[in-house]
Amino acid sequence: MNETKQDRRWFLKGMKDGIPIALGYFAVAFALGIAAKKAGMNVVQAGVMSITMLASAGQYGAITVIAGGGGYLQMAVTTLIVNLRYLLMSCALSQKVDPGLGMGHRFLLSYPVTDEIFGIAMSVEGRLNPFYNYGAAAVAAPGWTAGAVLGAAAGAILPRRVENALSVALYGMFLAIIIPAAKKNKIVAFVVAFSMGCSFLFAKAPVLREISSGMQIILLTVLIAGAAAFLFPVREAEEGGDEHAS
Amino acid sequence: MHHNIWIYLLVAAFTIYLIRVLPMTLIRRDIKNPFVRSFLYYVPYVTLAVMTFPAILSATGSSVSAWAGFLTGVVLAYVDGNLFRVAICSCVVVYLAELFYH
Repeated sequence: MNETKQDRRWFLKGMKDGIPIALGYFAVAFALGIAAKKAGMNVVQAGVMSITMLASAGQYGAITVIAGGGGYLQMAVTTLIVNLRYLLMSCALSQKVDPGLGMGHRFLLSYPVTDEIFGIAMSVEGRLNPFYNYGAAAVAAPGWTAGAVLGAAAGAILPRRVENALSVALYGMFLAIIIPAAKKNKIVAFVVAFSMGCSFLFAKAPVLREISSGMQIILLTVLIAGAAAFLFPVREAEEGGDEHAS
Repeated sequence: MHHNIWIYLLVAAFTIYLIRVLPMTLIRRDIKNPFVRSFLYYVPYVTLAVMTFPAILSATGSSVSAWAGFLTGVVLAYVDGNLFRVAICSCVVVYLAELFYH
């Protein structure tokens, strides 16, 4: 009985902390909806994609594959690579919950592993009550999905100029993740600049530009991150800079 | 070859869930291998950099507004770093650039 009460308290607290996340999500999801529409998806598909994936870069990667007409295998590999960071986050979360936590909770808790929800969950003191994440997800996931649905729906109605402006929201968000990390860590700065240079080369150079953009993401990520890991292994203390979002 | 969007979505949703659920159910411990940890540490930065540039340059109506949006994003992310402020300001700058340049 007492435990149910605790769970409810954590759920409500999660909902409260999820509100600012939902508001931010909404704007970015809107841009994602526009991108989905441009790639040939309809409103329902944009909504289903958002509620099932709940990931910004992850969905953008998937949209890139769809727009480029890549194969299903390429979709799986791109999704794997672009979202690989969630693997680390889930590992960390699995240490944060009660070791005896049931499988049902583990399956549910895995759904809303995103940068922001992970961030607030890890800042909880002591063991994590999964209901905190459920509460945050109950607010953030609808915000995320609604944003994408409206973006896909409004993409056609919005004036061209507004649509153009909104299309950069997503890139702005990506920059806000990589640039502050680059500012803190010179190696990350170098890796980011080098990645952009290679990506530019792959977009423009003959032969290289024939490679689909989804495939380019896979190739460049595996090669550059692999080389960086080999040349500049990270010590655990440095991983403090590994906060992907505010 | 024609691809079905629903199958794409199924593949993507399944893959992303797998990434999230495996550590929570099967691995259930921290990854210790330094190479794997380092690799996973660098992956998001490389991926996001590759996805942003040069794609952002062709996301708007003109390369002038795109460059303006890109540079605004970089500078503001450096100075401020707030995710949503950076995103919104880049949008506003692109809008203004297109307003004055066309």
